[in-house]
Amino acid sequence: MKAFTYERATSPEQAAAAVAGRDGAKFIAGGTNLLDLMKLQIEAPTHLVDLQDLGLDKIDATRDGGLRIGALVTNTALASDDRVRAQYGVLTRAIVAGASGQLRNKATTAGNLLQRTRCPYFYDTNLPCNKRAPGSGCAAAEGFSRQLAVIGTSDQCIATYPGDMAIALRLLDATVETVMPDGTGRSIALADFHRLPGDQPWLDNTLAEGELIISVTLPKPIGGRHIYRKVRDRRSYAFALVSVAAVLHDDGTGRVAFGGVAHKPWRSEEAEALLPQGAGAVVERAFAGAAPTDDNKFKITLADRTLASVIAEARS
Amino acid sequence: MQFDAPAGSNIFDDARIVGKSTPRIDGPNKVTGTAPYAYERHDVVADQAYGWIVGAGIAKGRITSMELTAAKAAPGVIAIVTAPDTQPVGKGMDNHAPLFGGSEITHYHQAIACVVAETFEQARAAAALIDTNYDRSTGSFDFDAVRASAPRSGEAETLGDFETAFAEAAVQIDETYTTPGQTHAMMEPLATIAAWDGDKLTLWTSNQMITWAKESLGDILGIDSANVRVDSPYVGGGFGGKLFIRADAVLAALASKAAKRPVKIMMQRPLVANNATHRQATHQRIRLGARMDGHITALSHQNWSYNVEGASGETATAQTAKVYAGANRLTAEYCATLDLPEGNAMRAPGEAVGHLALEVAMDELAEALGMDPIELRVVNEPDAVPGNPGKRFSDRNLVRCLREGADRFGWSERSATPAARREGRWLFGVGVAAGYRGAPTCKSGARVHLADGRIVVETDMTDIGTGTYTIIAQTAAEMMGVPLDHVTVTLGDSSFPASAGSGGQWGATSSTAGVYAACVALRRQIGEVLGFDADDARFEDGSIVAANKAFRLADAGTLSAEDTIRFGKFKKDYDVATYAGHFCEVAVDAYTGETHIRRMLAVCDAGRILNPLSARSQVIGAMVMAAGAALTEELTVDTRFGCFVNHDLAGYEVPVHADIPHQEVIFLDTLDEIVSPMKAKGVGELGICGPGAAIANAIYNATGIRVRDYPLTLDKYLDRLPAIA
Amino acid sequence: MTPTGNDNATADNVTGSGSSAAGLAATLMPVGMEVNGMTVALSLDPRTTLLDAMREHLRLNGTKKGCDHGQCGACTVIVNGQRINSCLTLAVMHDGDAVTTIEGLGTVDDLHPMQAAFVKHDGYQCGYCTPGQICSAVSVLKEIAAGVPSHATADLTATPTVTRDEISERMSGNLCRCGAYSNIAEAMVEVAGAEA
Repeated sequence: MKAFTYERATSPEQAAAAVAGRDGAKFIAGGTNLLDLMKLQIEAPTHLVDLQDLGLDKIDATRDGGLRIGALVTNTALASDDRVRAQYGVLTRAIVAGASGQLRNKATTAGNLLQRTRCPYFYDTNLPCNKRAPGSGCAAAEGFSRQLAVIGTSDQCIATYPGDMAIALRLLDATVETVMPDGTGRSIALADFHRLPGDQPWLDNTLAEGELIISVTLPKPIGGRHIYRKVRDRRSYAFALVSVAAVLHDDGTGRVAFGGVAHKPWRSEEAEALLPQGAGAVVERAFAGAAPTDDNKFKITLADRTLASVIAEARS
Repeated sequence: MQFDAPAGSNIFDDARIVGKSTPRIDGPNKVTGTAPYAYERHDVVADQAYGWIVGAGIAKGRITSMELTAAKAAPGVIAIVTAPDTQPVGKGMDNHAPLFGGSEITHYHQAIACVVAETFEQARAAAALIDTNYDRSTGSFDFDAVRASAPRSGEAETLGDFETAFAEAAVQIDETYTTPGQTHAMMEPLATIAAWDGDKLTLWTSNQMITWAKESLGDILGIDSANVRVDSPYVGGGFGGKLFIRADAVLAALASKAAKRPVKIMMQRPLVANNATHRQATHQRIRLGARMDGHITALSHQNWSYNVEGASGETATAQTAKVYAGANRLTAEYCATLDLPEGNAMRAPGEAVGHLALEVAMDELAEALGMDPIELRVVNEPDAVPGNPGKRFSDRNLVRCLREGADRFGWSERSATPAARREGRWLFGVGVAAGYRGAPTCKSGARVHLADGRIVVETDMTDIGTGTYTIIAQTAAEMMGVPLDHVTVTLGDSSFPASAGSGGQWGATSSTAGVYAACVALRRQIGEVLGFDADDARFEDGSIVAANKAFRLADAGTLSAEDTIRFGKFKKDYDVATYAGHFCEVAVDAYTGETHIRRMLAVCDAGRILNPLSARSQVIGAMVMAAGAALTEELTVDTRFGCFVNHDLAGYEVPVHADIPHQEVIFLDTLDEIVSPMKAKGVGELGICGPGAAIANAIYNATGIRVRDYPLTLDKYLDRLPAIA
Repeated sequence: MTPTGNDNATADNVTGSGSSAAGLAATLMPVGMEVNGMTVALSLDPRTTLLDAMREHLRLNGTKKGCDHGQCGACTVIVNGQRINSCLTLAVMHDGDAVTTIEGLGTVDDLHPMQAAFVKHDGYQCGYCTPGQICSAVSVLKEIAAGVPSHATADLTATPTVTRDEISERMSGNLCRCGAYSNIAEAMVEVAGAEA
């Protein structure tokens, strides 16, 4: 870990300016992913701007019946919120399917959106990885790719976004609110927040330099049965092979998003329109154009079978 | 003391302390965080500096340059020891891959430098500034590619005419099973503090075998081992990974010399899997031929594995000569040479993965015969060692393990038809496997002190979680007739008498027998001082009764005795081993193939159980490790880079709490007169021999799908699960 | 414990600023915490994790380093009432915080009920993961009592209860390679029963 200087930000605007105005500066919130990567010098900031004093740890009702979640609300606090549990159950379910109790106590809403891939080649600085070392190649494409993406990949990168919470947020049509270094703000639909790797796999998302997430907003509740099913090798404290986030209504319609399959939460509104026809139709459409490896092609079958199980559970 | 004949009746047959469930005497220290492990021994020597290990970024080749300027100039750096500037160190006991020195790289993450700095943060940062260039050479990393040409290790073991008997058998099973590389993943990484005082070296380290460590350090460093002291009172798990000296100890010693200061090193977790040793992958072909009544007439087990040049493979056939009868037999081991990291002992080396094949093959044979799998095993229970008919079993109760386990587990409710029990999305199944693990003994010494009626035991034996502190205290308390809290046990210091150490599940019976021997000697000294015949005396409650006279132990004053138990040749006439019946129930998700273990039971035959509380823990812990081997654990080899690519605890999935249900263990009330005066055998490795196969058999019973390629992850059978609507 | 700790890093060997030639030197920062009820003042390299602050500076060795990457849970401590992995947080981020380590729960002569239950049920073997398991176990029972949901909670709108499934799921961030899980769960059930 390279030496860095450290400050505690006093306002979102000051934080954004502090990061934008300095090469190698980075925000730190929970730190559970950033410090892991700093120890391996995959991330090497020279200055850390700690956001913990910004007061962005509240969950407030919005005027149109939704919830505005402060960027620093911890995973545990968000999952535990009575309104979330009652009306956005898929979000609580997704959060508690991820990581461990200790990590969820520290991890934040914004930080979790920014979680970087768990591709083993990204994590080993001796090995090629275009995401970590642009131009070095993608060792995963013809390597150990069982955990990695099957769709939306490029010849440069087959990394997955590893988180769970964002899969539910994508399903719920959440938006991300930010503040820019110049003090202006914007709102980004979660659908547009994470990128596909394309020919710039080092970019995970569409945030600008120094742009700071201040909140994530959920539109008003949509009812339905909320289910998050995460399939993994061990029963807990493991990343998804495939996860399915779903809100299903009695008439057979609903929404579905997949985790563990792409560089971003994978949801196709066209595909989910086929829910009344069953899992097979949805998965066929959602994964049209998939380019899996021999190691991970099982994920498409698994997505199909998991969604079928979710639909069966919703009907029961 | 020489153990030259079966034990006969002795003090332990009427024991009041040995054999009773006893909370660990080191427990309060462990639960309060006050038990000291290697890296945190701030108090043993002043002025400790921090070492950081740099691992090679290639698997095979040479270092062509190492740019150190920036690292040397980095804040806090005291010294940098590099491999190219160091003569290759020697090899200690069972070291095969080079530990350090020279420019040649023979495996990934081989230690190539150690940076010493004032602080941990400075050492880590400076290490990242070292720029190493390599001349990479082609290596052989692909086991599947070289397996077929692997030479046989030693002679094949044959009996009768296997080929003919197999060809003529009414029922034949011929299947191949594969197991992947596994890593010990002990929770405490390899760690050492080293300090020199002139030519005397002290290592505060984490090691299972103190005498081996001390001797090996002499060989590795080219110094007189008499000048080496090793101290390892608490070991945060080993499982074989800390049997031998590894790079942490070597680099701490070298770096301390270079820095002229004590140096502490903990090997970084991401280095452990590739830098240190692992259990190698196996490829096992098993052929079983049987009559329609279940009697096996032909049994063959061939195993292919690998290692670095000159070292042996993972010998998965280890148990096969011992478990089942059969007149015509063939077992053979083949070992390829690969440029992967060194393979070496991991908990029940050979047997742990041998059972994953043999005990599934038996399940397959039972099904082919239409027989209950327990009955098949009972029918093939041998009278003498099947692969060596001249040899007797010392005490073998495998059939009782299986029968009593069947009763306890409710085996009779099992459906012999697979995939017959479904509730909602879950498919339920049960499985059984037998377990066999040898029960070796090794000579073991101890010193016992008496002062003020209290006892202090000194031995270089280690407690790696095995409960050694407590069983040694129980043994000494029993022998000297004092309460348990009047015994202090000090372990792991090479200045104490040499013990058996912890490995091969020989530790418990050997080390307590050594303490028994020392206590016999102390009792005789006390008898001489107080004037009685110690061999006819009763030591109880701080008193001694001999020839109808009473004496007080405290009156004997301050005395010391030392002895070593040595095991005689008579034991060679026997196969001394432990046995188990392992049972498991699983639920498999009919949609996704996820396996949940619902129940686990082990019925163990291991002679006297010295402390049922901690022995049970060893068995359940081994069952957990077996569950990992069956379901999730795999060191994945990237054959292009020659490394285990999932080299951390996120990528290599050991079982977590949620994977493990309540576990049950039953110990048979047996005694083994041949093994040692304790009549006790180890259980720490027995517990990993069989449960994985029971899980695999339960998955088959649940789904009707047989997967022979471990770990049994869902991607290997997803397409064979019931069709979805 | 000395209130100022036992810093090996002196001002001498870490002088220089972030903009020095090598760009490597770290400037020490003051950090004040309440650790196990005692006020401590440290001067730390900002890179120092909370884990290393405990182990290397305060010499509170009970908190263990098993992986240093948030993958094992051996470093679990309780900060401001919540359990976290002390390896994945910087000490400077905890200026003003209250930290409880295993040493703050009980002592050899005065064990916390959870520590006593671990001894009774043999909820350990090698002991290395044990302090983290106990810090988690104590916190898990509080989390259940506080109504925090888990992956094992059947009804998100109901208050979770202490069940074997809840315990196992919530403890899953603490690896135990010796495999004491079954015994740890029994220790926790006993303590939960006594508390109920």
